[in-house]
Amino acid sequence: MAFELPALPYDYGTLEPHVDSQTMLIHHTKHHQAYVNNLNAALDKFPELKDLGLIDINKVVGTDKVPGDVATTIRNNGGGHYNHTFFWKVMTNPSNTNGPSGAVKEAIEAAFGSVDEMKAKFNAAAAGRFGSGWAWLGVKEDGSLAITSTPNQDNPLMASLPDTTSMVPILGLDVWEHAYYLKYQNRRPEYIAAWWNVVNWEQVAVNFDAAKTGTVLL
Amino acid sequence: RISRSISTVKLPDLPYDYGALEPYISGQIMELHHTKHHAAYVANLNKALEQQAEAEAKGDVSKVITLQGAIKFNGGGHINHDIFWTNLVPPKDFEPPSGELKALIEGQWKSLDNFINIFNAQTAAVQGSGWGWLGYNKGSGRLEITAMPNQDPLSITGLVPLLGVDVWEHAYYLQYKNVRPDYLKAIWNVVNWKNVADRLAAAKK
Repeated sequence: MAFELPALPYDYGTLEPHVDSQTMLIHHTKHHQAYVNNLNAALDKFPELKDLGLIDINKVVGTDKVPGDVATTIRNNGGGHYNHTFFWKVMTNPSNTNGPSGAVKEAIEAAFGSVDEMKAKFNAAAAGRFGSGWAWLGVKEDGSLAITSTPNQDNPLMASLPDTTSMVPILGLDVWEHAYYLKYQNRRPEYIAAWWNVVNWEQVAVNFDAAKTGTVLL
Repeated sequence: RISRSISTVKLPDLPYDYGALEPYISGQIMELHHTKHHAAYVANLNKALEQQAEAEAKGDVSKVITLQGAIKFNGGGHINHDIFWTNLVPPKDFEPPSGELKALIEGQWKSLDNFINIFNAQTAAVQGSGWGWLGYNKGSGRLEITAMPNQDPLSITGLVPLLGVDVWEHAYYLQYKNVRPDYLKAIWNVVNWKNVADRLAAAKK
């Protein structure tokens, strides 16, 4: 069974004006599709690896469970496929979104003081990631919330990579230039600020509840 | 008054108008690339160097260490773009390589076309942000094709930079979108081979 490009949970224009429809179309049908295609091609020769499923493929990046000659391809494309599958779901129609509540809000306040302070830290991680990468809010192994950023298509599931903070992501933001350049050009901080308008806090809460039991959703 | 050992870095002017590389690289891209991206590297480099000078004056080694990332990112960004603008030329002034440079390329890669194909394949494969480079190895006297991540300057490998191709998405996205290979085909119409030859001659002195 090959991996497939998941459908977006909304139309390409749903996140306007914060994330433009042209970006969503190219991001989904070109960039994410390429990660899926490249991942399938790489896994063709390694059915045992393919059978692990997408989440465990990400978890074994950087270990000897991934054969040397496909290690880089799996890291980039297995990471890219998970990251973007996760990303589409943590965004939603801007009129749907209310901000965090309940257990996840309490956890945010416990870890950062307030939702605003969490956003400030997240914004700094997202703006400060040099080159391509992602910013993440996630649940660490000790159950606490933390913020980190990763380069290229790495993510916090890749616990065996040397500089990676091991976390189950509950919220993430793509800061590769393709995620924002058509609308925001070099103005990444403006993109980051606008993106909070489309965060799907219901999905974040679902991700959080699962993460607290050590479960990574897809 | 703290005196810096590296004086204020300035954003260089382009040797041509923003629209001069059309249709291969759009004027909109050239203007953003120069006035926003390169300008930001220059501004942030100057800020980091200023902060480093202050930290040095105070004997704050820890602070000096924390500034190295910013100096590498922004210093590399400045160095790379400074080279890049001179590596490009309006299509009406384009001339293919000649003389010693041509001989070296053909000697190592059989033909200019073959060199370009190999260069483009390696450069298209850069993951995330980075540059494709043609460099000169002073030790062996040979040219080398290599890629560098983010804004890491080629010089840290020991190679002398001759020709760089920026494949950060900001270098092509507004015009070519995700199709990096189309940008890489197009850019060879505006490569300033005379500048590449001048850099090679300087490296051999």
